[in-house]
Amino acid sequence: MELIKLTIDNKTVEVENGTTILKAARQIGIDIPTLCYFDLGDMHIENKPGGCRVCVVEVEGRRNLAPACATDCTSGMIVYTHSLRVINARRTVVELMLSDHPADCLICAKSGNCELQDLAHRLGIRDIPYQGEKSTYRKDTSPAIIRDVDKCIMCRRCEMMCNTIQTVGALSAVNRGFSAVVAPAFEMNLEKSVCTYCGQCVSVCPTGALTEVDHTRKVISALTDPTKTVVVQTAPAVRAALGEEFGLEPGTLVTGKMAAALRLLGFNYVFDTDFAADLTIMEEGTELLDRLTRFLEGDKSVKLPILTSCCPGWVKFFETNFPEMKDVPSSAKSPQQMFGAIAKSYFADKIKVDRKDMVVVSVMPCLAKKFECERPEFKTDGDPDVNYSISTRELANLIKQANIDFMSLPDEDFDSPLGESTGAAVIFGTTGGVIEAAVRTAYEVYTGKTLDKVDFTQLRGLEGMREATIDFNGLPLHIGIAHGLGHARQLLEDVRAGKSTFHAIEIMACPGGCIGGGGQPFHHGHESILKARQKAIYQEDINKPLRKSHENPDIIKLYEEFLGKPLGEKSHHLLHTHYFDRSQEIFLDK
Amino acid sequence: MGTTLREVIFEIGGGIKDGKKFKAVQTGGPSGGCLTSKHLDMPITYENLVASGSMMGSGGMIVMDEDDCMVKIARFYLDFTVEESCGKCTPCRVGNKRLAEILDEIIKGNGTMEDIEKLRNLGNVIKDTALCGLGQTSPNPILSTLDNFYDEYLAHVVDKKCPAGQCKSLLKYVIDPETCVGCTACARNCPVNAISGERKMAHLIDQSVCIKCGACYEKCKFDAISIQ
Repeated sequence: MELIKLTIDNKTVEVENGTTILKAARQIGIDIPTLCYFDLGDMHIENKPGGCRVCVVEVEGRRNLAPACATDCTSGMIVYTHSLRVINARRTVVELMLSDHPADCLICAKSGNCELQDLAHRLGIRDIPYQGEKSTYRKDTSPAIIRDVDKCIMCRRCEMMCNTIQTVGALSAVNRGFSAVVAPAFEMNLEKSVCTYCGQCVSVCPTGALTEVDHTRKVISALTDPTKTVVVQTAPAVRAALGEEFGLEPGTLVTGKMAAALRLLGFNYVFDTDFAADLTIMEEGTELLDRLTRFLEGDKSVKLPILTSCCPGWVKFFETNFPEMKDVPSSAKSPQQMFGAIAKSYFADKIKVDRKDMVVVSVMPCLAKKFECERPEFKTDGDPDVNYSISTRELANLIKQANIDFMSLPDEDFDSPLGESTGAAVIFGTTGGVIEAAVRTAYEVYTGKTLDKVDFTQLRGLEGMREATIDFNGLPLHIGIAHGLGHARQLLEDVRAGKSTFHAIEIMACPGGCIGGGGQPFHHGHESILKARQKAIYQEDINKPLRKSHENPDIIKLYEEFLGKPLGEKSHHLLHTHYFDRSQEIFLDK
Repeated sequence: MGTTLREVIFEIGGGIKDGKKFKAVQTGGPSGGCLTSKHLDMPITYENLVASGSMMGSGGMIVMDEDDCMVKIARFYLDFTVEESCGKCTPCRVGNKRLAEILDEIIKGNGTMEDIEKLRNLGNVIKDTALCGLGQTSPNPILSTLDNFYDEYLAHVVDKKCPAGQCKSLLKYVIDPETCVGCTACARNCPVNAISGERKMAHLIDQSVCIKCGACYEKCKFDAISIQ
């Protein structure tokens, strides 16, 4: 690679040809402020439309200022990042943005986590000289995501996520000039669009224009209602990220503190979605083996590859885009819904509580889970199996509201019986984890042998699409993994075209899997945070004495006492579901 | 190329209608700048036009005479860029809108000296930071009129007057009581009944009611009504 030399703020820097001024400056400790720019490094998620004009710098010999994020360095270039001309321009640009932005920071859902707010603070903006008309739009509330586009600054990150990365195509810029805004087609409501509620738009939105539907109030109401037994379940990826909300280093596991905090919040039973993840493996793994055995025996009606179905964003995606393939994914419910179904049957019977008096709350790294628990097929006589799904961020908010000093909490355990889990369940929180967990169990069941080594490192990583072949006693099991719906679409198109050679495919809607979910603490484009969370997940797996789902004693007991066997009649009724063709659900009425 | 502006306007174009006085020429379409009489003998080249604060652009030319208000002209051209902005970059999307709003206030007579400074700063920043050629040139009509017709801005902002008599909010129709014969033509034609006066007596315009439509001015056969 050719190296070129240039000068930034009188410092000489040598960079590879093709490096942007922004990256070159960062190499020598010069942090040019940005806003629309977004880069998740190795995950190849990048947004640099050069639209916000916050990162402008002065380049000697150039007529106008150059956007540092989108201008490549040239040999001998002389750059100034904080000349008077630059400071004045940058400040004016941000003042303009603020002049078309509601000044309700005190009550904004994004306050304290807003990149525009940080920028205004960093630039020392104390008044907005350019006052004038503000853009106003109706607030659009869907089951999971709220669009408050008065706060949109047209950075287009959501658009990049929704279109380029996820290939969902729910959000894009509409209208022009001052009326330009990011919206679903024809400015319909999100609920009437192809949105999967994956929440990736929320996770990258720098302002409060896209936020989650907040259920904390409803949870507090349930907790303070003496007639209700309130049961909580927490998803695997939550424990690897919640600490960030309390200033802990990314990747700090807070499983014990989280359990203690939930108990202090007043939940009657503090359970773990990981229990249901183990249960999912029992059902999904058995389904995989069942389909595989029948396939190998020559049954032509068997659909392979089997696709995982834990991720509600992914489920809505294939229901909308690949409806003709709706019998290909596993019929197993997601861990969240399996938990709800078991809590309100097996567990409710055990503690002699009527299901109507039980409130199941889930803490999820996900926003699509809010939509999932509202799906009619997951309700019995109108009573949802999972009443409320709150995000990792909402849980942090609840803990703060309840005056709990999170850092001083002791480590506590989950309650029994729906709190016991294995390492296989924990890794559901990252891309590759569900299939690794399934392989651990399926291998032992299929071959009758005990695994020497449970770590299938060939299934791990952060590349968007991965594949591996696992030797099942002479049967090469070909496994595919995709995270990010764009990658999922590519694998799916191969399956549709009959070109896929996979036996099983794991798909997660969010890049990174649940660690990068739309409900997680904001990573603000720091890829290192996602990597740290992933590391933490695998660490938690190692920490567990049991690492294979079928060894979970409470799962074994559940089958003995209640379910019978995987894919049995009771399982079929409680733990499996079916999918719908949603391709016609998009209506043009507002 | 190389022909002077004077040749194009006065010889090829035949000069200004009704012998009115030349005030400015705007070259290059809506994002061009307004040049003055001091530029008339300048040969037309790409470089000369840019050096004098305008541009070749579309190659078009619009000539303005003494009846044109340069503040209003700047506002008029800005309409085009506000309309044409794609909305991608902040300075063009929001900045041009703000420029237009400031000009509107000046035209209405609510402008301040601070507004003139805002126009200049904002104009320069938009030029310096906008993503494409549209935004980079959109403030040209404002910046060039600020350079070449600063006194007109001052008249609007400080004296609250529009020298060309184009900005309605800043003008006033006044009846000279000495010249008025009391024919009542003006009062009868006023659409908002702003004019009072007995027959054969001097009439008076109620400024708080007057909508500055100019009907009285048109009807008066005795030149008793003037615009101030």
